Parts: sequence; structure tokens; C-alpha cells
Amino acid sequence: MVKHALRLVVLAYLLFLLILPVGLIAWRTFKDGPGPFLDALSTPSALHAFQVTFVVAGWAVVLNTAFGVPAALLLARHRFPGRRLLNALIDVPLAVSPVVVGLALILVYGAFSPAGGWLESHGVQIIFSTPGMVLATVFVCLPLVVRAIVPVLEEMGDEQEQAARTLGAGGWQTFRRITLPAIRSALGYGIVLSLARALGEYGAVAVVSGRVVDETQTLTLFVEERFENFDVQASYAAALSLAALAVVSLLATRLLRPEDGK
Amino acid sequence: MVLGLAAIVAGAVACGGPAGSEGGKVRLSLVSYSTPQAAYEAIIKEYRKTPEGENVTFTKSFGSSGEQSRAVASGLKADIVALSLEPDMTRLVDAGLVAPGWNAGPDRGMVTDSVVVLATREGNPKNLKTWDDLIRPGVEVITPNPFTSGGARWNVLAGYGAKANKGTDVKSGTAYLHALFKNVPVQDSSARKSLQTFAGGKGDVLLAYENEAIFAKQSGQPLDYTVPDSTILIENPVAVTKNSAHAAEARAFVTFLRGRKAQEIFVENGYRPVADGVPGAERFPRPAGLFTIADLGGWEKVAREFFDPKGGIMADVEKGAGVSVEG
Amino acid sequence: MNEATVKEKPVAAGAGRSLLSGRGGTALGVGMATVFLSAVVLIPLAAVVWKGASQGPGGFWDAITAPDAWAALKLTVGASLVVALVNLVMGTLIAWVLVRDSFPGKGVLDLLIDLPFALPTIVAGLVLLTLYGTDSPVGVTLVYTRAAVVVALLFVTLPFVVRTVQPVLLELDREMEQAAASLGAGPSTIFRRIILPNLIPAMLTGTALAFARAVAEFGSVVLISGNVPFKTQVAAVHVFGRIESDDTAAAAAISTALLVLSLLILLAIDLLGRWGARRG
Repeated sequence: MVKHALRLVVLAYLLFLLILPVGLIAWRTFKDGPGPFLDALSTPSALHAFQVTFVVAGWAVVLNTAFGVPAALLLARHRFPGRRLLNALIDVPLAVSPVVVGLALILVYGAFSPAGGWLESHGVQIIFSTPGMVLATVFVCLPLVVRAIVPVLEEMGDEQEQAARTLGAGGWQTFRRITLPAIRSALGYGIVLSLARALGEYGAVAVVSGRVVDETQTLTLFVEERFENFDVQASYAAALSLAALAVVSLLATRLLRPEDGK
Repeated sequence: MVLGLAAIVAGAVACGGPAGSEGGKVRLSLVSYSTPQAAYEAIIKEYRKTPEGENVTFTKSFGSSGEQSRAVASGLKADIVALSLEPDMTRLVDAGLVAPGWNAGPDRGMVTDSVVVLATREGNPKNLKTWDDLIRPGVEVITPNPFTSGGARWNVLAGYGAKANKGTDVKSGTAYLHALFKNVPVQDSSARKSLQTFAGGKGDVLLAYENEAIFAKQSGQPLDYTVPDSTILIENPVAVTKNSAHAAEARAFVTFLRGRKAQEIFVENGYRPVADGVPGAERFPRPAGLFTIADLGGWEKVAREFFDPKGGIMADVEKGAGVSVEG
Repeated sequence: MNEATVKEKPVAAGAGRSLLSGRGGTALGVGMATVFLSAVVLIPLAAVVWKGASQGPGGFWDAITAPDAWAALKLTVGASLVVALVNLVMGTLIAWVLVRDSFPGKGVLDLLIDLPFALPTIVAGLVLLTLYGTDSPVGVTLVYTRAAVVVALLFVTLPFVVRTVQPVLLELDREMEQAAASLGAGPSTIFRRIILPNLIPAMLTGTALAFARAVAEFGSVVLISGNVPFKTQVAAVHVFGRIESDDTAAAAAISTALLVLSLLILLAIDLLGRWGARRG
């Protein structure tokens, strides 16, 4: 009884908040058949935007995972002064409005700031170029991998890891054989969540990209640009393909660990 | 991690090649506000057919005028900047990126004009034709917020100037703005978003630039527009940056922008030309009470009096409107 | 964090049992995490705070207590708290149903959860505008009200609680529940005494994330809320307006206030979690 009631509540909630909105986009994109969808996405600008999006989101997810896994281990397994502060600081990037993220990065890495100027004089441009867009994206999805893993690490405890150590396993071996398998589903969610967030980020990237058409225009910027020019078809097509990318990446992580499949 | 950082930096150096010349070809970077995007794309196509333009390629960036101006001020490479209002250009002068004499020529640095119009539903069912019609009870007026959208400031100044007898009657003008903003239920962050809100069915009348209303009509939106008897002349500046690596080529392009061919394309896209005798310009009515920003005392004075978030007239107007809506 | 802190030895002996093992590992890990966090987040944010403080404490205070800024801050924090609470309950329920229930279409539903992140916020705002706008096809008109702000925020924060609770539920040992059931415990007792204590950290983590995200959201809210100052203008939009008016110091001050407030609320949620864990 309770089970059915819960199911009903969840379905109703998701219907109004998620399924209807996303369904509406899909319907609007495909109401004239798949032709316009493909046309809209195969223009050179759209293809280039795809490429930029992949590069930026890819780097952001790699860096975020490389930071997230060790940081999660630190928070869950180690006691050190400042741990609570680090723990709270990790969530802070989410609470910064995208425009301010852009402003903050420009203040530090912009061509007219000391750090940015020094890098510029060595031929490295951060802001209005790919590294700045990667930085902005890492900024906005920083907590996602850490936060996906920490609860699982805490819930599983460290008995198994200690046992492995007692049996003589090294740090890396323990991680690979014991910790990683246990956090795999959480890590998968974390990575997909970061990727989705990285794909969909608009505000922060917009400020540091310079919006140069066919150079630093990501797919979300393309969506906005097309939308503002009454080219709703291309706008929706691009938005839907971003959504599709998120679904595919989640599917991919599922296929990589079939044992959890059911 | 450190390795990863090093790798992106290296990757970026490889793919973030800045604009420059390659094999006799010159690459100019155009940073523009968003509305003339279609016009610039057509003009660049024409320009590349000319002897001066055949070896020139362009990188283009379009966004809201304020954001584009700030981007250039914080290091976005630009040879030519096209903005929607003068204060955004002044920011670049203050940053040392545009020469102070940018507005010295006969065109005073401007490349296109427009006026603020009243865009209504097709057939104008509520018969909204004058500034007074907008403050009738029950009329919903859509305009972007003048604090988040630099372009929205034209709308405010148009209504104010019309009712303040071109700025001489401050009291009536201010009272009008108070009444007007009580009828504004939505204040989008940019002019294009306001246009979309209106196109989506909200509101009876949209305060818009004439070229935007024409653009919306050309894009198949069912709306009409009225040029009120008294309205403000919108002037859009363009300039070559001081640090441009190809200043001569950039100046040649700006000259082309003010020439016959480019002005014709601007006219096709709904802009009023700055040159005389451009075909198609006769369709733009010239209202009797047309006034300019200079009539209101210039941008510097207007920005201080109206748009200072602390104590400007608009801060007061927003407060009155917001509180009344809440209560 | 300075070098001296980094070199402190781990407090609990024998806690270092993982990839970053031993004292050296901890110190190295903390150092690396700090360097990364500093380069990407802390130094840029410090620059904003510095900018906000450039007018002195009086200017800072004036900027955040300006009536329109204050109204925007109040609306933002209020709406975000509501959104966090709804997420706490609904997110956990959704995760529960996705892990423990089974019905046709469940797999598809699970795949869709992350979509609010991947959709550009402008599209999210646009679609919600169509669904809950003046001629709403589902008969619910919300747009240009404070309720619309909440709906937009609920949409963009949907995945957080679901995706933090879900993996913990998957990892949860079912044997304990079975044992409790065989000892005669009812479902509600099992949930309260066995499942909930294990879920609380994840639930609160997700809630904290949702709150943080909601406080800063711009793109979807800007289309659907109407942005009328004092009524539906959220802090992010207000800050954007200050930047647009070349009042960067005020923008930075308001952002700083929002950050400090968020940090305090995040710490409070953290404390709540530890308190809950101790009781459980």
C-alpha cells in the first residue's frame, strides 16, 4: 500500500517537474520530423560548438574527478586540522552566481591582472580562451564528485580497507581492490552529474568565453544565440542533444558495471 | 592534478590561437552587441567582395552590449567594437582601449540609428498609440530592467523625455516613469529576452527599438508597432581599438560600414542609416517630437541622475513600483 | 590554509588507511587539494571579497542593506530554504522508489533524473514558462510570481538529493533489515531505526548542495520570475544589475554576503548531520 502511494507521489512529482518539460522540448524539436533537427545540428557553427563543448566538458570532468576522489578520501578517512573548513568550502562554488564566477576568474586570470598578465607575457591566455572556460566549468561542478562519494565511503566504513592493509596490501592496491569497487556506482553518478552540469553550464562560461562564434562558442552559448535570433528549432535541437549526451553518458556508466544493473 | 593543469595549459596554447595575419591575410576581430548580428554577417559577406576586403577574414562575437564592453575591457581581443550605447564605449575609453577622439568625426562615432517604439499585438487591439495610453489602468507594459539591460535605458529615457518636454520638465517626466513602471509586470534582463516574453504572450505593449520590432516582424512574429509622436533617437557607436594589430584594415572596414552598401544592409535589417540618401530609408517616419540624448544633457548626466543604483531616479521608481506590487 | 597546518599529523591514529595512507599521504593530499581548490576557487573568490571590501565596512554594509538588495537577498534565501526542504523529502523518496521499487519504465525515469543539469538553463526556463505560463496547457499558471522562482529552482536542483542518496541505498546491507523484520519490527520501525540513520548523511549532503545551487541560480529564474525588484528579483539577477551599472564593488559585497550566509547554512547542515549521526 505504502509502496504504491510512494510510487504515485514520486511519479506525479517527476511528471510535472521533469517529464512534461523535457517532453515538451522533445515534441517541439521533432514535430516537423527529424529533418530540421539534423539540419540544425549539422551547420558548421553547431558542429564547432559540439567540439568546443566536448573539449571543455571533458577536461572539466577529468580534473574534477582527479580532484574529487582524493578529496573525498581525505574527508572521509582522515582527520586533520581544517577538515571541517575544507568540507564546507567544497560546496561554496555552487553558491556563487555564474556571473560572479566569471567576474572572479577575470579578476585573477584576466589579461590586465598581475597573474593573468604574467601568463599572457609567456604566451598563455586563460580568459577568453579554452583554459578559462575549463576553469569556469571546474568551478561550477567542483563539489559533485566529492559529494557523491563521501556518503558511500562513510556508510561502508573502513573495516575492509583495514583488513586488506593487515593482509599486507599497499595503499594503491587497497584502493583498487577494495575502495574503488565499493564506490563505483557513486563515482559513476558523480562523474555523470559533473558531466551533465559541465554540458549545461551557461552563465560562467559565457562571461569568460568572449562568445567568439566558431571559436569559443559552446553548445549552450549556441542555444542562447539561436534562441535570441528566433531560430527556436536550432536552439531546441541543440538543447535536446545536450540532454541526450547526459543520458548516453549515464547509460555508458551503467554498462561499465553490469553487476549493479539489477 | 598538477600534471592535468599543465596539460590544459599546453592544450590551450595549441588551440587558442589568437587572431592575426597568416600569409598576407588579415584576420579582424569584431566584438558587437547582439541585435545587429544578421546585418553584420551580410555586410561582412559584401565586404569580402571588395578590393579592400578580399584578404580580410573576421572573427565575430555577439552578446549584450554591456557584457561585450566589459569583456573587451578585461582583455577580449577586438579590432572593432560595435556597441548599443555610448556609455559602453566610454568604459573602453576609460580603460585606455579606445582613443578619446573616437567620436570626433562627422558621424560622431555612430554607425546606425533607431528610435524607441511601442510594439503591440497584431492589429493593436487595445489601441495603444501614445505614451499616455501606456499608463492607463490594466495595460501591461513589457520592458527590460534598466539596471540589468543597458539597452533598456533608451526605453526609460524615451518615455521620460516625451513627457518631460525633452528634459525641461523634470517633475512631469519623473511622475510619468513612476506611473509607467506600476504597469510593468515583468522586467527581463535583456532586450531580446523581453521580446521573447512578449512574443510568448505576456503583456499588451512592448517598449522596443524600432529595428527589433522590424526584426520580430521579419521573423514571423504577429505584432505591430507605433512610432510615438515624441521619442528618443537611439544612436549606436562603433570604434577601432587602440591596440588593434591591424588598425588600417579595421578603419577601412569601419569606413565601409558607413558607406552606401553597408548602410543599405543595415536598413534592410531595420536600422535607420547615418548616411543620407540610402534607399529604403524613406520608410522610417520621422516623428515631430524626436529628441536625442544630447537634449537630455548627455549620457554622463543621465547615467548619474537616472541610473545610479543608489539614489538615481530609476532606483526610486523601482522601489515605488515594487512596493506597490507587493502591497 | 598555511604550510604549518598542512604538516600537522593526523589526529586519529590508524585512520589513514586508504590510497593516501599514513602521515605523509595525508599531508600531501591536503596540500594538493588545497592548491587545486585555491587556484580554481579560493583565490578568485578572495579577489571578489577584496573588491567588495574596497569601500570599507560602511560601504559594504550600505550595499547589502540597500532596500532592493536586501529584498533580493531575503527572497533568495527564503526560496532556497523552501527548495532545499522539498528536495530533502522528494529527493529521498525518488531515490527510494528508484532503488527499492520496480515498475515498467523505472529505468527510463532513472536516466532522466540528470537532465535538469544538462539542459541549458535558458531552455529550462523557457519550457517551464510554456508549461506554467499564462495559457498553461496543464492549467497551472505560476509565472512571474514567487512560486515560479521556487518551481524553477526545484527543476534545476532535482538531481542532487536523488544522486547522493541513491548510491548509499544501493550499498546498504539488506540483511540488517531482514534481521529486524524477522525479530518482528514493522516497516516504519525498520525505516526509522535502520535505514534512515544510514541515509541521513547523504540526504543532508544532497540538501546542502541543492541549497547552494538554488542560492546562485540565474538562467532559469531570470526567464520565469519576471525579475520585478522587491517582488520577484533574486540576488543573482540583482548582482548582475549592479555589475551592469558598473557598481562592481556593490555586486561583490552582495555576493560576499550571500557566500557567508551560504557557508553558515552549509556548516549548520553539517552540524545537523553529525548530531543526527550521533543520535542514530
